[in-house]
Amino acid sequence: MQDKLTYALFTGCTAKQSTPEQLKSTYAVASKLGIELIELSEASCCGASHLQDYDDFLSLVLNARNICYAESRGLTMVTICNTCQLNTAMTKQRLDSDEKLKARVNEKLAEVGLEYKGSSQITHFLYAIIDDFGLDKIASMVKTPLSQFNIAPFYGCHNIRPSELQNSSHRTKENPYKPTSLDELIVACGGVNVDYEQKNKCCGFHAELQAPHTAAVLTGNAMAGAIDANADWMVTPCPLCHLKLDTQYGHAGEAVGREVKMPVLHMQQMVGLALGCTPQELGFEHHLSEVDFIDAVN
Amino acid sequence: MDNSITTQAVTFDVFRFNSETDYLPYYKKYTLEVTSEEVVLDILNRIKWEHDGSFSYRRSCRHGICGACAIKVNGKGVLACKERMSDLIELFGTSMSIEPLSEKRAIKDMIVDKADFWDSHEKVKPYLVAQIDESPESENLVSVEEHEALLEADLCIQCGLCHYSCPSVEINDDYFGPAAFVAAYRFNADVRDSATVDRLEQINAPAQGVWDCVKCFECQEVCPKDINPIEKITKLHNMVFSEFVALDNVATRHAVGFASSIRKHGMLDEGELVRYSEGTIPMILKHGVVGLKMLKKGKVVPPWKMPKSDKLDEIQALVRSSSTAEF
Ligand code: SF4
Ligand code: SF4
Ligand code: FES
Repeated sequence: MQDKLTYALFTGCTAKQSTPEQLKSTYAVASKLGIELIELSEASCCGASHLQDYDDFLSLVLNARNICYAESRGLTMVTICNTCQLNTAMTKQRLDSDEKLKARVNEKLAEVGLEYKGSSQITHFLYAIIDDFGLDKIASMVKTPLSQFNIAPFYGCHNIRPSELQNSSHRTKENPYKPTSLDELIVACGGVNVDYEQKNKCCGFHAELQAPHTAAVLTGNAMAGAIDANADWMVTPCPLCHLKLDTQYGHAGEAVGREVKMPVLHMQQMVGLALGCTPQELGFEHHLSEVDFIDAVN
Repeated sequence: MDNSITTQAVTFDVFRFNSETDYLPYYKKYTLEVTSEEVVLDILNRIKWEHDGSFSYRRSCRHGICGACAIKVNGKGVLACKERMSDLIELFGTSMSIEPLSEKRAIKDMIVDKADFWDSHEKVKPYLVAQIDESPESENLVSVEEHEALLEADLCIQCGLCHYSCPSVEINDDYFGPAAFVAAYRFNADVRDSATVDRLEQINAPAQGVWDCVKCFECQEVCPKDINPIEKITKLHNMVFSEFVALDNVATRHAVGFASSIRKHGMLDEGELVRYSEGTIPMILKHGVVGLKMLKKGKVVPPWKMPKSDKLDEIQALVRSSSTAEF
């Protein structure tokens, strides 16, 4: 038996507020797979790709501080949000490639007794389980194969672009024009992966307040694409995409002139379902687009 | 190593349209033996020379520098003269679509009307605005550091790949798009220029400006010159604040709101961010219905239960010491 996989978990803010089901299902899946997650309770918000528009340096310092707490525990940082992953990994890349910038950031961190070294890897939970645990092993542990479902993968921008950065964070090599990891995870869970044009496109979340029409059209197109490809439900590794798809179907439907509501699962919920976790453990009661097929599974 | 040239049959679904004679576009299939040495432009040439002389596309330099040959293969924006068929076959297999950059702007086959692209460019004054002394006493030198501040933005070849891969451009005709922002940044970062504020006022305006970027990173991914447009967009956001032209609106408050929330909780207070960005009444009007549903489903944390980061004092100390912007 190999050593227990242990990661420093950066929950991000969303999992603690608007997507509680995501945090629940992350822990449920980790426990089924025998993965230990040590929560970075000191961490701050990553700035969600907006703080740096206002104050880029502050964003770097805060993200570097978060990474410090994974480094001091000697662990790889695992994120469960695509945007947390992007912001944290991009901070790492910028500091690791620019000694001067790193020194400027470390000068500030030193005031609170911290130092950013660059010693921890940062990877999304999706890639952590694929790289370190293995799809085959997950497949071998499946208790209730999801074979009756057509499942539409929705990758989320900040896990696949910019590919140069993303592919330096994990061993799975993902091409943003034809990503495959989530498709393979669906297959490992026994499901049928659905191909559709929007699976690697943007949901519009980050401009929802500033550009509501653009954001709503993007969500509408994505969901319409999945529906037209005969999907029973969608699955995503990103809680922000999830929020957008699960709660904004009304505005999205209006924007594209058709109804687009359908169940959307977090990637952890899908894996949990296949591994035999209970609906309570996976937090389905928190969804706005009701997950109405659970009885069919169990 | 085996250096022999291999060939493979590839089927191309080619977008065909003549705006003067066709009511709707259609696709025509061509199957070609493709050699491992060919680039996409070779395929376009062969379709024209071997199959249909009316097939139309733009190309000029064949060296990845004029930007004329930009098209989409299976949705991936490419410079036809630079993109190797072997790479595309490895990625997509032996069947692929060939389409113009923007279907709704197609004039004939691969040729699109780029008027919107150039219009956006024009609005950001993509040229140096400076009072030039006609009889200077000494050279007007720009230091290496000052030049480096342009961050390769001056290498843009205006191919339009980023612009026509941008979902915000696709949906909103007013949005300037990543290439125009690259141009705006290029001249704003030039120490000789004096039109910074003019440009910022253009790129700061709602609907057309940088705030409508959805942060999808399509522009960075597709740019054949590695210009990283979204990095320049972030720099423009920063300039809006550093040059004090920020408007007090939902977009600016949304960015600033992150700093205030982190100062208070370490974490983001999601509800408060929406309230601060939109204002209380507009928030209720725009988000009330969905907000109420979310509340019922346990997706809204009340203020008194707002989670706080451990070591909040440390975060607050860093916010005090490391803040560089004002609003
Ligand atoms: S990151 Fe912004 S500018 Fe770039 S393609 Fe996406 S929406 Fe357009
Ligand atoms: S920024 Fe890059 S992709 Fe966009 S027009 Fe310029 S060269 Fe082309
Ligand atoms: S022909 Fe000039 S860039 Fe391709």
